[in-house]
Amino acid sequence: MAKKTYDKAFLGDMYKKMQSARKFEERVQWLFAQGMVHGTTHLGIGEEATAVGTIMALGENDYVFGTHRGHNQGLTKGLDVNEMMAEILARKTGCCGGVGGSMHIADPTKRYFGADGVLGASAVMANGVALAIKKEGRKDEIVNLFFGDGTFNQGGTLEALNLAGIWKLPTLFVCVNNTYGMSTHISRVTAETDLAKRGPAFGVPSINVDGNDVLAVYEAVKKAREHVLTEGPMLIVENTYRISGHSKSDGNLYRTKEEIESWKQKCPIKRFAKYLTENGYFTEEELQKIADEAQAEIDAATEFAKASPEPDMAAALDSVYVK
Amino acid sequence: MAMKELTYAQAIKEAISEEMRRDDKVFMMGEDIGLYCGAFGVSKGMVQEFGEDRIMDTPISERAYVGAAVGAAMAGMRPICELMFSDFMAVCYDELANEAPKMRFMFGGKVKVPMVMRTPSGGGTGAAAQHSQSLEAILAHIPGCKVVIPSTPYDAKGLMKAAIRDDNPVYFLEQKLLYRTKGMVPEEDYIIPLGEADVKREGKDVTIVTYGRMVKMCQDAAETLKDEGIDCEIVDIRTLSPLDINTIIASVKKTKHCLIVHEAVKFGGFGAEIASEINESEAFFYLDAPVSRLGMEHCPVPFNPTLEREVMPTVPKIIAAVKNLF
Repeated sequence: MAKKTYDKAFLGDMYKKMQSARKFEERVQWLFAQGMVHGTTHLGIGEEATAVGTIMALGENDYVFGTHRGHNQGLTKGLDVNEMMAEILARKTGCCGGVGGSMHIADPTKRYFGADGVLGASAVMANGVALAIKKEGRKDEIVNLFFGDGTFNQGGTLEALNLAGIWKLPTLFVCVNNTYGMSTHISRVTAETDLAKRGPAFGVPSINVDGNDVLAVYEAVKKAREHVLTEGPMLIVENTYRISGHSKSDGNLYRTKEEIESWKQKCPIKRFAKYLTENGYFTEEELQKIADEAQAEIDAATEFAKASPEPDMAAALDSVYVK
Repeated sequence: MAMKELTYAQAIKEAISEEMRRDDKVFMMGEDIGLYCGAFGVSKGMVQEFGEDRIMDTPISERAYVGAAVGAAMAGMRPICELMFSDFMAVCYDELANEAPKMRFMFGGKVKVPMVMRTPSGGGTGAAAQHSQSLEAILAHIPGCKVVIPSTPYDAKGLMKAAIRDDNPVYFLEQKLLYRTKGMVPEEDYIIPLGEADVKREGKDVTIVTYGRMVKMCQDAAETLKDEGIDCEIVDIRTLSPLDINTIIASVKKTKHCLIVHEAVKFGGFGAEIASEINESEAFFYLDAPVSRLGMEHCPVPFNPTLEREVMPTVPKIIAAVKNLF
């Protein structure tokens, strides 16, 4: 991890965001097991460093397109945790009024254009937002697009890289390579598994970064953002691992317990905690206190969501069109 | 009102150009729409007036640029994208079906997607099975978007201006065989609201509900039928979604007979929706005969010119179908 020194409050905030992301997912998993979550949900346990390291390096006015495994991305972008939990429980107070659900959590007012359920679509739409930024000459804004290694085989993603390349759009392509597309290991569907080799073919500079090292991610994105602001698109491949299953139906039949266990040992939160204590930023007790605060917020969000009313029929019928 | 004569293609170009002059947020993307002026020449002269930043040639990547239109619209612009042929909607169906019409809904009404996708639609040009389809029913079935098919230069201009000013995704299907047809268009600014049908011919004996290229063919059929003592009323729906069902119902109540004509394949076509709407309305009780439909045969568009003509509705077929109601 980084040798550079950081502001303590910044690191504490970073740690808190990672804890919130983890505890949010653990709570959703628990609610699911209780039968309280309708439909399905995709958890990002183990991928916290990618969301937190990336988004903390962005400007406040930057746009973010998340993935369908993006609860951690939405939380870090500043979506209201109560509204996110309420959305997952399909309540009126949810960030999408209860009609979007886990797969479409979004808040355009916070410049988080959400999770999209169809892979490759976010990539082409992200370029459109970048085009708007460019056309309006907004100097300190970029679009950050999260997508997975699986989505990197969608034509739309490759078309988007090409378009961003020729139009020099301020789009930062962040590939969260979590090793699996649903049950399929990257090596079974991608002949060249070094995904950073793809960018240069489209005139888009690309780098790999250890996606379980939150500070490495942060530094890489910070630097990349400068490039995107001045030169045009860039691709960062954040290599990580999805500890949680794909969705509720996942029996983990495609990977061994040993493999999952080995990645739990590489947990980005544990790793960051070790860095924080070994470098004298925080004591273990202080970190526990931060984790407890995060937990308390998730607990409160759960209570808020459970106490919230269901949406009425107007939520389904009134927002189809702008009247 | 001062009027001038324009072709259907010129009317569309004028509408877009006027809106681009009025609003900096309007721009257009598409394949070869700049110096080449698009496959049907609609954007002739536009890149010279507006420059390459607003008349943007794209790679042959329909997902990339239709998706970019969705994103740009969400970020506050008012993009127009041209698909070279409406058949290519299938290449970017995700953007047209799953993205543009659903973003506002999925995000709890917190975003709007003011974009126009315009594309040449329909057959009769010898372009065969993959460049001749009329796929409007597929679009009209999706909540969250609007679907427009103009039949005259006047309608094309007024509807295009409404489409560009609309805050929802509007799919604007232009008729290839109408591009060179001429009509009178007002000199001054005007808008035709989306969702208003137009009675193109008043009559008392039968209502023909139609749209697009078929309007003129129905008018020709009506002239022949008039000589045979059948007075046709022609309702041009102009927009499929939203559908002005009230104008149709009022006309059918008056004439007590209804034929629906479209170029699209009859099976599963939009005519089925119109027929059902009539049957579910009070107009049903006025009918002297069942509502009838005329559309294309259940086959892809063939290349051979005789076959291409004969699988689609023709004036003689419209005349026969009307007579069959009595």
